Amino acid sequence: MSRRPIFRPFSLERNAFGRLVLVAPDGTRHENIIPVRAFALSAPETGIALMSAESKELQWIERLADLPEPAQGMIAEELAKREFTPVIRRIIAVSSFATPSTWTVDTDRGQTTLILKSEEDIRRLQETMGPGALMIADSQGIHFLIRDRTALDLLSQRILKRFL
Amino acid sequence: MLEIDLDSSLAFRSSLIVLTARDIRCGDCSWPLTPELSLTHHDHAGVGMLELDDATGRLACWRYTMGRNPVALRFEREFTRQRDHMASGQPALPAVVASCPICQLPLPPDEEECPNCARELHTPPSTWTLLRLWRFAKPYQGQLLAGFLLTLAATAATLVPPYLIMPLMDEVLIPYQNGKPIDTGKVAMLLSGLLGAACFAWALGWARTYILALVSERIGADLRTTTYEHLLKLSLEYFGAKRTGDLLARIGTETDRINVFLSLHLLDFATDVLMIIMTAVILFSINPWLAMVTLVPLPIIAWMIHIVRDKLRTGFEQIDRVWSEVTSVLADTIPGIRVVKAFAQEAREAQRFRDANKHNLEVNDRLNRVWSLFAPTVGLLTEIGVLVVWIFGIWLIAHDSITVGVLTAFLAYISRFYNRLDAMSRIVSVTQKAAAGAKRIFDILDHVSSVPDPAKPISLPPLKGGIQIDNVHFRYGNRAILRGIDLDIRPGEMIGLVGHSGSGKSTLVNLICRFYDVSEGGIRVEGVDLRSVAVADYRKHIGLVLQEPFLFFGTIAENIAYGKPDATRAEIVAAARAAHAHEFILRQPFGYDSLVGERGQSLSGGERQRISIARALLIDPKILILDEATSAVDTETEFEIQSALNNLIRGRTTIAIAHRLSTLRRADRLIVMDRGRIVEIGNHDTLMATEGHYWRLYMAQSKQLDEPSPLGAEEDIEEEIINHPAGTKA
Ligand SMILES: Nc1ncnc2c1ncn2[C@@H]1O[C@H](COP(=O)(O)OP(=O)(O)OP(=O)(O)O)[C@@H](O)[C@H]1O
Ligand SMILES: [Mg+2]
Repeated sequence: MSRRPIFRPFSLERNAFGRLVLVAPDGTRHENIIPVRAFALSAPETGIALMSAESKELQWIERLADLPEPAQGMIAEELAKREFTPVIRRIIAVSSFATPSTWTVDTDRGQTTLILKSEEDIRRLQETMGPGALMIADSQGIHFLIRDRTALDLLSQRILKRFL
Repeated sequence: MLEIDLDSSLAFRSSLIVLTARDIRCGDCSWPLTPELSLTHHDHAGVGMLELDDATGRLACWRYTMGRNPVALRFEREFTRQRDHMASGQPALPAVVASCPICQLPLPPDEEECPNCARELHTPPSTWTLLRLWRFAKPYQGQLLAGFLLTLAATAATLVPPYLIMPLMDEVLIPYQNGKPIDTGKVAMLLSGLLGAACFAWALGWARTYILALVSERIGADLRTTTYEHLLKLSLEYFGAKRTGDLLARIGTETDRINVFLSLHLLDFATDVLMIIMTAVILFSINPWLAMVTLVPLPIIAWMIHIVRDKLRTGFEQIDRVWSEVTSVLADTIPGIRVVKAFAQEAREAQRFRDANKHNLEVNDRLNRVWSLFAPTVGLLTEIGVLVVWIFGIWLIAHDSITVGVLTAFLAYISRFYNRLDAMSRIVSVTQKAAAGAKRIFDILDHVSSVPDPAKPISLPPLKGGIQIDNVHFRYGNRAILRGIDLDIRPGEMIGLVGHSGSGKSTLVNLICRFYDVSEGGIRVEGVDLRSVAVADYRKHIGLVLQEPFLFFGTIAENIAYGKPDATRAEIVAAARAAHAHEFILRQPFGYDSLVGERGQSLSGGERQRISIARALLIDPKILILDEATSAVDTETEFEIQSALNNLIRGRTTIAIAHRLSTLRRADRLIVMDRGRIVEIGNHDTLMATEGHYWRLYMAQSKQLDEPSPLGAEEDIEEEIINHPAGTKA
């Protein structure tokens, strides 16, 4: 619905509070800029919007890679700070095959446990990410990702199968 | 002290933040508490963040997963208190609110259990779920006992014939072969014994099947209605997370499956077990050695059953889930059929259904591989068993240990015996199917509503209509929607809630209706916390018109009288008149008795809205909530409804949400919300005078955009165009 802000050269800064500041070409400063990915799962590198603190879109970035430094690095850094979708590498153990079940998993962010409330919290992402991709929402609302379940080790696959 | 579980690169690692009377510490760093220091909290996508700032910049930043959020919020408050006390030079007083030992949130008044933690109780249901069906069988225990005794008798009766074969062989046929004449009297006696036993078994079997089928049908019906009743009591949160198709499958298909299991298979199973035990006893009494040989395949089969059972149960559970998926596709598409057709996506939906079915096939195929191997193997084992009995029997006869009659009787028995064994092993699959179904039913039954009725509900005093909202926070999952709403609604006041789409207006109303419980803070009516009164008791006083009007299948009159089924016709007509629905209803073929289809498809959007307004008015509520109640009617009709409502809202508290600001002209107070906070409160004139949020919304609607605004900020205006294209919901 909203009109896309036209691309204008802009610059980014980081203020003393660690927040991003967008300086528009006319010199207006927008404090507390938040970058968000438009397609966080299917195309994370294309389509990034810089939102103001009032969640209005200030700038649309077609491809992050096309952006000059240091803006690119700053955005990437800020995104990394906000994104929290641990990718499951291995399912170490599950407390039971009946839900609710506590899973001990090894993720790219370290080992942790998650509580699966019901099987419906495992969603297939075949349309967005390919046939083996799964998203697991735990009881606290953290989303864990499995990029390709066929690429997991056999034990993990066997455990997973019981819940699908 | 706060334990956080993420490090700065968002990896799972725990560390401690410690707040002392003097400073705040983490690891080796510490920051003395000075008045400039501030700790702020944010959260996003399941990660909470605490930021420590002073006047010049950020000092530190800590992250944690949402499970620690309540503790973190408390930590933040504690920090602010300590800091302020430091500044004023007084020693900090410890807080004296009763709080939950687990999450440290203050407990709601009169409750001992923290509603926040109670909801997180995660215990998996036991695998012996089928036994839990006893709860439903208990009322019928008399009939069940009768059925069981009949089963016992019927089984015994079917075991008589082979026993009679023995004398027939040894005392009649074999002596005849050896040259003795046939003793006709004896033969007649034995044969009539056979016939009698058969007839007896038939009569008993009939009585037993009838009684038990009757009982199991009733158990099934009880199970179904109990589950449905329980389901209706669950909160919106539960329904939000479940798919319609899944719930339909559980209550429809699965209860039926359990029913079939109880009426047919359990019965068969009981008969089989009895038969096997009795046969074994008889066999042993005739000849223990031969009996031993007969029983050889038994342990092997038992072992096989044990192995296969687990596989089957999980398999069937999987099938059930896949089946829900199939139903879900239907339950998704059929209500949305207009969208499907409008976008010509029939082929895509068909494909989705086909995919779901394919998944179903895959899971079934996998299971059938196991199952198809299992049944014939049991068959083979029993055949081998018969063979062994033959060999051993012939050997015994050759050694004159037994007579031919004994062997014949034996073979007659063991063919029954093995048949039963075979049938019994087949039952493994049905049992596992029923167990899987039972588990899914008990999943519903075990679910505790997240807006539980208190153990000792306080009875509501007569309502005057005042509502106090204190520092209410609310989140859906990990998204904070409301952040600190404070509002005191006086009895009889009309409140207008305005704000951008998505600012949390409907959510606030949901909380007032107690469809959800607040995450923090509290809502009180007449000084009583909502959590301590019985839900149904309270909702009786609320008339609600929802943003999406919903009509049930039935007549218009029934729909209007939904909240008060015993309403008189005059009352219904009066309510419809007040909602300006009367005239269009009279234009329907059967007036108030016209049927409206499922989801009210035959009425226009505005007509549906007016019916739901009439529905809310009919119950004469103390609190009337109109969530975009007139958004779908034309301005003129809206005006008429408004003027009619004017008389009606007198004496009741009204909360009206509207995007068309002109709708709220008569509100005593307008509450302007923005991203989960109240940003302005006042009546139309004062809010216009302050030229704040409300003023901007209003100006955008009165299409005075192209005139230069007094503030002159060009940028502001551009944003207005972007965000409120037509001033109404996008
Ligand atoms: N069941 C839900 N689960 C998760 N998020 C929800 C749910 N319902 C609403 N939300 C989110 O909560 C926010 C507030 O929603 P709410 O319905 O209260 O908005 P509103 O102010 O009534 O908007 P509108 O004027 O469009 O009706 C929205 O951002 C919405 O996405
Ligand atoms: Mg709404």
